[in-house]
Amino acid sequence: MTIADQAPVAPVVDEEEAARARKDRIHRVAKWTLPSLVMVLSVLAWHLYVTLNEVPHYILPGPLVVAQSIFDDWGLLWPAMLTTTRLTVLALIFAIIGGVALAVAFTQSKWAEMSFFPYAVILQVTPVIAIAPLLQIYMDSAFGAALACAWIVAFFPILSNTTIGLKSADHNLEDLFTIYGASRWQRLRYLAAPSALPFFLGGLKIAGGLALIGAVVAEFVIGRAGTGLGLASTLLEASYRFNFGRLYAALILISGMGVVIFAITSLISHLALRKWHESAMMRER
Amino acid sequence: MTSIAQRPPLLTMSHIEKTFGGDVVALRDMNLTVNEGDFLSLLGPSGCGKSTVLRLISDLMHPTRGKIEWAGGQGSDDLGVVFQEPTLMPWATVAQNVYLPFRLKGMTYDRVQDDIQEALRLVGLAQFQDAYPRELSGGMKMRVSIARAMVTKPRLILMDEPFAALDEITRFKLNNDLLELKAAIDCTVIFVTHSVFESVFLSDRIVVMAARPGRVIHELEVNTPYPRHEDFRTSAEYAAHTRAASEALGEAIGEAA
Repeated sequence: MTIADQAPVAPVVDEEEAARARKDRIHRVAKWTLPSLVMVLSVLAWHLYVTLNEVPHYILPGPLVVAQSIFDDWGLLWPAMLTTTRLTVLALIFAIIGGVALAVAFTQSKWAEMSFFPYAVILQVTPVIAIAPLLQIYMDSAFGAALACAWIVAFFPILSNTTIGLKSADHNLEDLFTIYGASRWQRLRYLAAPSALPFFLGGLKIAGGLALIGAVVAEFVIGRAGTGLGLASTLLEASYRFNFGRLYAALILISGMGVVIFAITSLISHLALRKWHESAMMRER
Repeated sequence: MTSIAQRPPLLTMSHIEKTFGGDVVALRDMNLTVNEGDFLSLLGPSGCGKSTVLRLISDLMHPTRGKIEWAGGQGSDDLGVVFQEPTLMPWATVAQNVYLPFRLKGMTYDRVQDDIQEALRLVGLAQFQDAYPRELSGGMKMRVSIARAMVTKPRLILMDEPFAALDEITRFKLNNDLLELKAAIDCTVIFVTHSVFESVFLSDRIVVMAARPGRVIHELEVNTPYPRHEDFRTSAEYAAHTRAASEALGEAIGEAA
């Protein structure tokens, strides 16, 4: 009993746990400081490279020129960003509605799935950049045509993930629902839909990024006809005018939008799953 | 408790045959009468069709030949089922999981809240009604599953090797509790197992099945009255019943080999 007698009364934190706590603290700080440091260093290196080598600004503008552009061209960039945001968000919303509705139809009716799934795949594998000019011809509004492009790109991951999710319910639970005489609607509402939620949210994260990519591609193709749309059109126009400061400014804003979309979809996913799904859980050690 | 012979029949399976894929005979000429109040164990080696019997009774599957008749033509809509896995909905709390049978019958939570509380109290999980399944141990999850099966006070509860995946200490504890629960809600239980010990401890009827093709080869009666407690496990009576059941099971395995 000598070991027990010598044991301290204070809560026992052994060597290993203390080391782990230390490591966790460092990780928490490093998670933010390291990327920030990388960014600062990169921008600094960029600045030094441009100034020391006297690179002309129509080849590579320095960070100060870009910052100046964001500031000076804000009156032009801000409305463009609003347009691209509207395009992306609307495309994503329609993709969610269309993707989920079709996924439900597919899982409710084998016939519907057999009839239409191959065409959903064809729509997905056809490069949207090849469809865009056609949409521009058939649709009066450039915004509408661009929206259709972005929608086509964004909707498939939602459709595909949700379809898999709706079919992934526990088989014993399926049997239990049958034994209790569940209706089709009850089965969908209380079993298939919750089972599909993690899959749908995974699809949503991909679709969010793709909606932006679709919007950018559509603006490139459709905005070219003088119907200046959003940020991507602005970017393209700036490149024609060798206004590289504005080009980089637009590029940075587009990237920023992508990051925000990813952050929002990740947050939604986390909030929806944190109580029960493994993917949103902190692992116990 | 009335003796087995005096109990009214609840359901009768006569000359049941079930064939899969044309040539795999899961059950052949299976005859079984389940009485009201029975704690009936189906004991047998893997592949003897024990689970198939449960699927037939719960109407998830239909016999190739033969028929299942319910007393009073009540059908299979008065059932509780416990699977080998707890089979809980991970996205729902313990109380919501137990609520499921009522929800599917269109009853509001408020109306059946007391029944849910009562069921959770009986399985000893009253404190955990707002927990999610992932927060519970294997034994506790199984208790939730049992609470869900009994919350509607069904006349018949089917259990398909519910404790097979649990450790022995937990299994013994759940065995004891299950007997109390059965007495509390006064139902009939069909319990599938391949453990001789479990079947002797729990049931008053043991139906021994053999495989290939699945069929009943023996029926034993365990006439030790309920309530049975932990000391039953060490009694001479228990040992005698266990020996008899083991011999019957040995015969079942021998026939298949």
